[in-house]
Amino acid sequence: MVTSVTSFGRSGLSDWLLQRITATIMTAYLIFIVAYFGFNDVDYASWKALNAGLPMKMFSLLTVLSIAIHSWIGMWGVLTDYVTVRLMGAKATALRMVFQLGVIAVSLLYVVWAIDVLWGI
Amino acid sequence: MLTVSVYRYNPETDQEPYMQDYQVDTKGKDVMVLDVLEMLKAQDSSLVYRRSCREGVCGSDGMNIAGKNGLACITPLSEVVKNNKLVIRPLPGLPVIRDLVIDMSQFYAQYEKIKPYLINDTPAPAIERLQSPEERAKLDGLYECILCACCSTACPSFWWNPDKFIGPSGLLQAYRFLADSRDTATEQRLAELDDPFSVFRCHGIMNCVQVCPKGLNPTRAIGHIRNMLLRSAA
Repeated sequence: MVTSVTSFGRSGLSDWLLQRITATIMTAYLIFIVAYFGFNDVDYASWKALNAGLPMKMFSLLTVLSIAIHSWIGMWGVLTDYVTVRLMGAKATALRMVFQLGVIAVSLLYVVWAIDVLWGI
Repeated sequence: MLTVSVYRYNPETDQEPYMQDYQVDTKGKDVMVLDVLEMLKAQDSSLVYRRSCREGVCGSDGMNIAGKNGLACITPLSEVVKNNKLVIRPLPGLPVIRDLVIDMSQFYAQYEKIKPYLINDTPAPAIERLQSPEERAKLDGLYECILCACCSTACPSFWWNPDKFIGPSGLLQAYRFLADSRDTATEQRLAELDDPFSVFRCHGIMNCVQVCPKGLNPTRAIGHIRNMLLRSAA
């Protein structure tokens, strides 16, 4: 058992599962948006009407949350592969913490921003 | 004449590793890479490599042959010689002791972690613990692993985290004991694996499957472990 406090869900299984669930949500959102633009003659009024509805706001927020979780888990994986004491020496831990906190901060800020944007419509 | 380029490094005399070229006359025969190494050894006795059974059973002569990990004793020249040249390096990702000999401590440490032996807390029967042919069949494709380390040293996840990620070989063995009907420690074994590194560093790139000289499939075994973890936790 390898312990790790900076991964998203602490357990490898939950991170792995969340990575797949969030990927599915993002894919569904992408397909929906592409199809919406593909099959509709979209102008400002219809675009605003779509995004003003509560279901669409929830779908968009769910997708933003998925992006935040997905990137946290993914970037954690990348950083623990390459920014490690094994490859870079003692300074790696501090550097990785800075990068990880940066990813977490940016993800959370995007979520807050997205809530502000979505409920401002 | 065949040109053989071999990775050389003797920490007692060399500042850094280098490639040394040898000329070998194989008399046009499609011999195994190990045979070529034996010819080189006759030319230059300072060349060092591991070998034992010379028939793909002991797993001693795992090395990187023409860029791909494999056992020298069962790899014919016709598969690896290009433009009359053969390049031989040690298995990548683990420390080199000398020439083609690597320090496999990290590899064995991961193997030890998965408790590679049957654990059974029920009273031992008078003769032996029997398995049905179906139960025994579950071990096929798992028990054949000879621990040559070709797979784990071909795995980038193992290169980056050899101290945390168990690696394809160890995980194949882990599943061999998880799948064994005579083992009663399934829950404890799974609990030991449910962290972000031990199993889940596998991203399914399948280098292990591509190089395994015994034709085994560690990626599939890792998938089975994931499913077992999911079933026991969901």
